[in-house]
Amino acid sequence: MINLSTTRRKALGLVAVSVLAMTAGAPQMARADLSGATVDFVIPFSESGGSATWANFFAPLMSQALEGNPTVVVRYRPGAGSTAGANWFAEQTTDNGTLVFGTSGSTQFPYLLRDPRVRYEYRDWTPVLASGTGGVVYLPADLGARFDGDMDDLQDEFFIFGSQGATTLDLVPLLAFRMLGLQVEPVFGIEGRGDGRLMFERGEANIDYQTSSAYIRNVQPLVDQGLAVPVMTWGILDNDGNVVRDPTFPDIPTFAEICDATEGCETEGVAWEAWSAFFVSGFAAQKLVYLPGTASPEVVAMYEAAMAGILARPDFAEISAAELGVYPQMIGPAALVAHEAAITVSDEARQYVLDWLREDYGVTLE
Amino acid sequence: MDILTIALPALGEALTLVFQPTQLMYLMAGVLLGLSIGVLPGLGGIAGLSLVLPFMFGMEPVSGLALMVGLIAVIPTSDTFSSVLLGIPGSSASQATVLDGFPLARKGEAGRALAAAFISSLYGGLLGAAVLTCIIFVARPLILAFGLPEMMMITILGMSMVAILAGRVPMKGVIACGIGLLAGTIGSAPAGGSLRMSTYDIPYLVEGFQLVIVGLGIYAIPEVISLLRQDSSISSSGGLGRGWTDGLRDWWRNKWLSTKCAAIGVTVGIIPGLGGSVVDWIAYGYAVQSAKNRDQFGQGDIRGVIAPESSNNAKEGGGLVPTLIFGIPGSGSMAVFLGGLALLGMSPGPAMIRQDLDITYTIVWSLALANVLGAGLCVLLSGQIAKLTTIRFTLMAPFLFMMIAFAAFQSRQSLGDLVALVGIGIIGILLRRFDFSRPAFLIGFVLSHQAEQFTNMATQIASARFRRSFEAGIDYIVTPITVTILILTVLSIIIGLRQSKNIRENIDTYTGGKRAPFVFLLAITAYVAISVADAATIDRFGDKVFPLTVGIVTLIACLAMLGKMMRRAETDDLFIDLEAGGTDGAAPHGLWWTLSWFLGLLVLTGLFGLIIALSLFMVAFFRVRAGLSWLSAVLYTAAGVSFIVFLAWVLGREFPPGLLQDVIDMPWPLR
Repeated sequence: MINLSTTRRKALGLVAVSVLAMTAGAPQMARADLSGATVDFVIPFSESGGSATWANFFAPLMSQALEGNPTVVVRYRPGAGSTAGANWFAEQTTDNGTLVFGTSGSTQFPYLLRDPRVRYEYRDWTPVLASGTGGVVYLPADLGARFDGDMDDLQDEFFIFGSQGATTLDLVPLLAFRMLGLQVEPVFGIEGRGDGRLMFERGEANIDYQTSSAYIRNVQPLVDQGLAVPVMTWGILDNDGNVVRDPTFPDIPTFAEICDATEGCETEGVAWEAWSAFFVSGFAAQKLVYLPGTASPEVVAMYEAAMAGILARPDFAEISAAELGVYPQMIGPAALVAHEAAITVSDEARQYVLDWLREDYGVTLE
Repeated sequence: MDILTIALPALGEALTLVFQPTQLMYLMAGVLLGLSIGVLPGLGGIAGLSLVLPFMFGMEPVSGLALMVGLIAVIPTSDTFSSVLLGIPGSSASQATVLDGFPLARKGEAGRALAAAFISSLYGGLLGAAVLTCIIFVARPLILAFGLPEMMMITILGMSMVAILAGRVPMKGVIACGIGLLAGTIGSAPAGGSLRMSTYDIPYLVEGFQLVIVGLGIYAIPEVISLLRQDSSISSSGGLGRGWTDGLRDWWRNKWLSTKCAAIGVTVGIIPGLGGSVVDWIAYGYAVQSAKNRDQFGQGDIRGVIAPESSNNAKEGGGLVPTLIFGIPGSGSMAVFLGGLALLGMSPGPAMIRQDLDITYTIVWSLALANVLGAGLCVLLSGQIAKLTTIRFTLMAPFLFMMIAFAAFQSRQSLGDLVALVGIGIIGILLRRFDFSRPAFLIGFVLSHQAEQFTNMATQIASARFRRSFEAGIDYIVTPITVTILILTVLSIIIGLRQSKNIRENIDTYTGGKRAPFVFLLAITAYVAISVADAATIDRFGDKVFPLTVGIVTLIACLAMLGKMMRRAETDDLFIDLEAGGTDGAAPHGLWWTLSWFLGLLVLTGLFGLIIALSLFMVAFFRVRAGLSWLSAVLYTAAGVSFIVFLAWVLGREFPPGLLQDVIDMPWPLR
């Protein structure tokens, strides 16, 4: 055992070099100042996803911007499609600002659909930052050649789409495909959008979408080689709440434009309302940073100031474009509006989606 | 041409990535850790990797890879110590080494056996790394040809290996694999989210069991408990004997045997699911069959050491082939390795080979380097390691329990981790006791998820294509690759069943009364029946069909075996019960009494949190079970607890809290 202990200690001493983490008890404070404290930035996902990239991008910036320059450590609590971590956060009562929580569309959708696993209430929490993102739908070259700005010519094609599940973020593309009248057969069970792209590359799937950063990294090379053709983005919301072209992909039309041009697809009515509600929750305000509802007003004010400071950095546009793409980062009242939009759908829209999930895919959430 | 333009630069780049001081230090750390774990009897790659997995968070990929590869590469080298010196397999990869290695040690030729073993290990390991390099390169252009039906067939090929692992009673292997598959389906279904054998009221079950917990429970706990019951030091003498140069000369004389056995090792390693527990037996069997003079085998023939040791290091290189290329684990330890890769932010599979070839090749270099370091260190340290085996196991056990509990808790940071660990540990103990193949269980568990996923997805696509036209469907399913793998699967089942008689997880077996094995099988049957009933209530077809099919097949196997049990005599192999004789039967401490120490630690943790519980548990254990003085007991405990606190502090980890922590707010590390 002595031998085992020494070797392990050596191994772990080495690990210590790369890990800053230290969670010794944070001192209780009266003023909002986090000197010497450690802030846990908890996300309900694993280390390999987009949320981890996003949290690890903001953590060091928060460390610099928060009063007292605390150490900000990203902690991962994955499980049950992110509802496990959110349920855990709902029970926390930290009031001194040493705990923040990052959610994403995958946490919002189960909440909106009243998934029985959800034991958290978004309205109990205080949002301090909301980040948007976008998505691009693309086709293989042969089908892309038949695309002329509307989907009328592709109505008789049989599409196969690799999907993580009908109640995940894939709800947005699946509903869009249905509204466009496409005959899309979703293949459920892939474990990340990357698997969907691989199915597309192998020719097993012939329609796919990726969120912006993954599209730029992995699909743009296929487009450049003539293997894939982008057909539409989800667009982004302008200040009046209208869907406009995505500034990251200004040459690609939005779903709204394609829908208008396609026979039988309407950009008004209950289907469009439902799609918009879930699009806003899943993309326009995809990731949010929350403080527990118990956080004191001073702590909330400190975080709002820190977030404002981060966005005001002269180099922010440059460093965030590389990691996150050109998407709105909302703070203060704008974050509150985004938060409200992310967690609100009308009863008609929810019922429409629940009925559609049950009829088309046999998915019930009870 | 590609070789010159892509592979060689990538190999060179990988070499510079590995030969950095930090990476070399991580590699060294992994090698030292692997050596220590390999020396401990029964603990092999699965347990070792499970222990370091929680610490992979946030490590730099090349460093993390170096640590893990260093660890798995040397376990088959250092596990030779306990096989030769003590007659107990150091890990499942060195079981066959015992047959001739231990008799050599008793003749005073331990040094000769060890020298031959280390040089064979080194040679096999390097050959494995070379083959891995070539295959990764050759496979690159083929990867896009491997769609879902091909992946499904590879998974089934992996599962067919259960045939060879089944041991004396093939039916038991089918049952063990079946309950492993069923255990893998617990929780919410990957495709549709329907619940299987779980409820939202127990959120822990909804996510299913983690491989770390299952690996530690099925392998580590039964071995630790079994050794603890003997209450003796692993070895009494601590000497090595003579003959180091003889050993090297022996190897040189048998270099062709060594080469052939290394080739066997690579090939067996490549086949997914087969892994470490059989390759040594196959190589040993080959050595015996091909030898002209066979009467010395089993009494100290050096060829009986060279053959398994050449193959068991080579298999790691082979095992990495399916792991890296398709993301399908080649063995139980490779499955844990896959988990580690995910924590490093890498997703093994076609994309990694195509885009991160240099990172992938760092694995090859790490593997080769670790084999050299491992063999060298084993030679240098052999005097000390031989002495280590004279420490009473009772004094080591609490530290092992401590590490196992801490590592298990990192999986989901819930007290449920510890409950699951003990629960699965008990299943592991019973599987071991009644001679159900634990590798078969683990293969079932590991492959369960992907078997279900690939089958479901391939079926969805195939049926969509069949709806369009018959040719489109057939083109999708029947490809040269699927047909080839199907033939291989059939061959592997036939050969496996024929060979399985020579491959035994437990060497000596005993049969006792009929009742205990019968009751255990009855309990398994009841569980399987409930699983089938539960699966039948699921609405979504895609979520129900896999557990239902597997459950029904397992249930039929269980019923058939129950029927056989009623007819056969109680000395039949069906009724193997390790408690009925041998070291387990004669152990001075009872099984359940020993296990209850571990249970006590769990209950205390639930009440007071891990650190307080550990302090109480260790003092009590050292005082009562080990019979130390109060002073020594307190000192040992203080050393252990401060080590674990230091570890957690360095890594920024939490400890499991108990009820006490709900009531009182305590400072770290007590909270």
